[in-house]
Amino acid sequence: MTASSEFPKPSSPRFLRPPHCFPPPYTQPAKAPSPRLRPRALLSSPPMATAPAPLSLSASTLPARLRAGAVPAGARWRQARRGRMVVRAKIREIFMPALSSTMTEGKIVSWSAGEGDRVSKGDAVVVVESDKADMDVETFHDGIVAAVLVQAGESAPVGAPIALLAESEEEVPLALAKAQELSNGQPQQAPPAPTEDAAAAPPPPPPAPATPPAPVAAGTKGVASPHAKKLAKQHRVDLAKVTGTGPYGRITPADIEAAARIQPKSKPAAAPPPVAAPSVGAVPQAAVLPPVPGATVVPFTTMQAAVSKNMVESLAVPAFRVGYPIVTDKLDELYEKVKPKGVTMTVLLAKAAAMALAQHPVVNASCRDGKSFTYNSNINIAVAVAIDGGLITPVLQDADKLDIYLLSQNWKDLVKKARAKQLQPNEYSSGTFTLSNLGMFGVDRFDAILPPGQGAIMAVGASKPTVVADKDGFFSVKNKMLVNVTADHRIVYGADLAAFLQTFAKIVEDPESLTL
Amino acid sequence: MSLSAASAAVASSAAAYRYDTIRPVARLRFCGLRREALRFHSPRSTPQLVAARRSVVAAATAGNGAAASGGFDYDLVIIGAGVGGHGAALHAVEKGLKTAIIEGDIVGGTCVNRGCVPSKALLAVSGRMRELQDEHHMKSLGLQVSSPGYDRQAVADHANNLASKIRSNLTNSMKALGVDILTGIGTIVGKQKVRYGKVGFPDNEITARNIIIATGSVPFVPKGIEIDGKTVFTSDHALKLESVPEWIAIVGSGYIGLEFSDVYTALGSEVTFVEALDQLMPGFDPEIAKLAQRILINPRKIDYHTGVFASKITPAKDGKPVLIELIDAKTKEHKETLEVDAALIATGRAPFTKGLGLENINVITQRGFVPADERMQVMDAIGNVVPNLYCIGDANGKLMLAHAASAQGISVVEQISGRDNILNHLSIPAACFTHPEISMVGLTEPQAREKADKEGFEISVVKTSFKANTKALAENEGDGLAKMIYRPDTGEILGVHILGLHAADLIHEASNAIALGTHVQDIKFAVHAHPTLSEVLDELFKAAKVDTAVSHSINEPVAV
Repeated sequence: MTASSEFPKPSSPRFLRPPHCFPPPYTQPAKAPSPRLRPRALLSSPPMATAPAPLSLSASTLPARLRAGAVPAGARWRQARRGRMVVRAKIREIFMPALSSTMTEGKIVSWSAGEGDRVSKGDAVVVVESDKADMDVETFHDGIVAAVLVQAGESAPVGAPIALLAESEEEVPLALAKAQELSNGQPQQAPPAPTEDAAAAPPPPPPAPATPPAPVAAGTKGVASPHAKKLAKQHRVDLAKVTGTGPYGRITPADIEAAARIQPKSKPAAAPPPVAAPSVGAVPQAAVLPPVPGATVVPFTTMQAAVSKNMVESLAVPAFRVGYPIVTDKLDELYEKVKPKGVTMTVLLAKAAAMALAQHPVVNASCRDGKSFTYNSNINIAVAVAIDGGLITPVLQDADKLDIYLLSQNWKDLVKKARAKQLQPNEYSSGTFTLSNLGMFGVDRFDAILPPGQGAIMAVGASKPTVVADKDGFFSVKNKMLVNVTADHRIVYGADLAAFLQTFAKIVEDPESLTL
Repeated sequence: MSLSAASAAVASSAAAYRYDTIRPVARLRFCGLRREALRFHSPRSTPQLVAARRSVVAAATAGNGAAASGGFDYDLVIIGAGVGGHGAALHAVEKGLKTAIIEGDIVGGTCVNRGCVPSKALLAVSGRMRELQDEHHMKSLGLQVSSPGYDRQAVADHANNLASKIRSNLTNSMKALGVDILTGIGTIVGKQKVRYGKVGFPDNEITARNIIIATGSVPFVPKGIEIDGKTVFTSDHALKLESVPEWIAIVGSGYIGLEFSDVYTALGSEVTFVEALDQLMPGFDPEIAKLAQRILINPRKIDYHTGVFASKITPAKDGKPVLIELIDAKTKEHKETLEVDAALIATGRAPFTKGLGLENINVITQRGFVPADERMQVMDAIGNVVPNLYCIGDANGKLMLAHAASAQGISVVEQISGRDNILNHLSIPAACFTHPEISMVGLTEPQAREKADKEGFEISVVKTSFKANTKALAENEGDGLAKMIYRPDTGEILGVHILGLHAADLIHEASNAIALGTHVQDIKFAVHAHPTLSEVLDELFKAAKVDTAVSHSINEPVAV
């Protein structure tokens, strides 16, 4: 049968066999991954704390002799720090390989080798899922898998370390310590600054395994359910130290989560609804109020879920409120004048707030870590807008610098985009101060909740004719509105806010400067 | 006849495309089905064909053969109205045979009442539950679902209703064709003679020119296991879904165990497998089993013990959980005692052949199975064929699948209507309805290598991934692998194994190709609609290289 050769190649999308995933040999710049036409990706375990992945990968194709000569990680940085001091530890990183030219991150499907397993050169240690296929990835060094940094099911960018390979048993503790550092978010390029003495000391103290101290005494019989065992392995919880609370004293997944001090996953998949009780319908076991009979349950949309999350987060911020009455007759006059030119009250208020903020930068600041002020270089006024069943805050960027006409134009565009749900993230999340106005509904005053990442939010009520007495005791009727600012008291104090409001009031009460 | 002429024309024009003709008749002789197909083009058999057509017409007008010939009550009596007996009965009527079927329990047998059918209902539920609970999957499709839940009783009802519906369909189809449905336990009392009857009723005796035993099987429960139907049970009870235990041990990791693990984990149970062999899913192609473990076992709330027997299982009572004693499969030493909420015994099935009266005709069962030759003819104690007696389905143990029983039944009916027929069991597909599904036909890779070594030919293996399939990706179900084992010298397909979305529905292109003797170099030009899952097989056929005689190493890792 020669038929097959007579026909053109089928044009249907063909499965990319691994070798073709690699760039063709020698046609790529130096950063090209290994051009070997082998179905397994070669995984180098380059010296620790070195260059990014692609380079390492090509390094892995060096002849074995050369590789053997490479200075292993631990040794290298210690050498750098401490002259002749050489710790003979050989710990190599296993990192996420680039399995195809388009792959930017990979998901670990499974670890073929577990922690503590001895692997030899050429063994498949991990299965990686790229954007195209799952592939067995092999190691290019003998050693012991000391620590798995990225667990099965998790993803890592190409080049990120996913496990540490120790050359011998003795290096395992060192590798574990290293893993600890890495998982604590220490940048790998800058290993923790061990003092000279510390570095000089022989291999660091035995690993502090990530096992959080289990709060309870040794368990009873150690019967653990399959999922509990998996969780224990994942979170490195010693089953022997957990007391089971399940049926017959069994260790349940919840016990492990408690021992590992993690929140039970909110995933419904992890908290399955069913109950064993026969003839009783299964009820989801979530930490929520019991369902109301006959009520309709409508899940949050993404936008509503985001609002909900932000609102809950705000509870962690010590907020306080300061109110201020402002006479708006002149502002109203100005508004009548500029209205035909497309300027809205919202823009006028945003502009006024921005001008006031320019004089009180602390109100435009935010507290991000509970330890410092973050002063923003721009004054971006976010304006809360109700939009079909949701709430979004388009941002007027650089509101202090742009004139009201430009701002009005920007505002129109933003609102249009918001309605079409086309706002880009920087158009709704870059605010440094928020303005919320319910005045148009006749609300005379209200209280706003501070959005995360901002120092203050201003709630504007309606401007209403009010009888006011001036300092000479003369009564008159003026339009007056109440503004109420909520601020983060970690950075903005009462006097700061009062001063800001005073400035703001001055600008509003003498609004000529707004048009400048 | 015009139909077959037209198909002959199509066939010859297809042949022109292939630079070939359908000349290698000898090659196709391997396969019974193909031989039948070929007769349409063979001048030799034309008179026979016409005769057959005529008899079908006669049968259609007369219903169930007006009268049995030669003084027998029936031309054919089938003992057992499962899927095998049903398939045989329908085909017998088509062939003009006066047919009766004896059922001692309920029509439909294991498959319809306690097997494939109700389990598919549960799996339909579990598949959806699993999907709805997979937050990542839902999110990637842009769907929002809040806390999916289920009503156990309603799920159980769905399974039960499905079984009743299929049962009545089966009954009606036989009644409509005029098959006599006789109630009672059938016993063979002598040559071509069957007695049947219910307890408390007088027995009836009937004579039949031919008898088919199709009594099927029951769940096999190893010694030491005490079944209480509540906490320790078999698939018979499990399908009623009377409870969803928090933690259930499943003894046996074959099809049944695997499907139930899919159901139970989706409904929230945790599962522990107990497998006597050294690896899970021992019947599957090793590569498929490995991937299945990665997809169906590891990410789920399942753990397992392999290489162990459950030597003793005690149901939960007196405030104690279910206790499972595990012993090493080889050394028989006690290894561990499991404490679980329930245990499902899925250690396979045992033939149900007691009370058949086989001793009356000098037939001795082997571990309960009725010995039968390749034509399903029952063999007696000294290895001679018992004339006019056949055994199909689970009772002969050749291939314990519902559709295999039906195919065997049809093959037997063909023989009794005068056409020799040997069913090619290697063309019978099998499927496991997990999510995703697993399906296979023909040989596994190790089996094929063994055969190749013995017979001195080369084999090649091609594989493809569901990740490259547009439809699978659209469904966000890219997990899966399809592999084909074939002969690079002839293009003969030896086996196809699929793990992936709707694998059970995909296998038939391969099983039909094997049944009809279609070779890779021919089927690769068949067109598949795009985008469909069937393109997974198209990929396989197109990737295969015939005549290059390149054999891949079995250990070579390939992306999946």
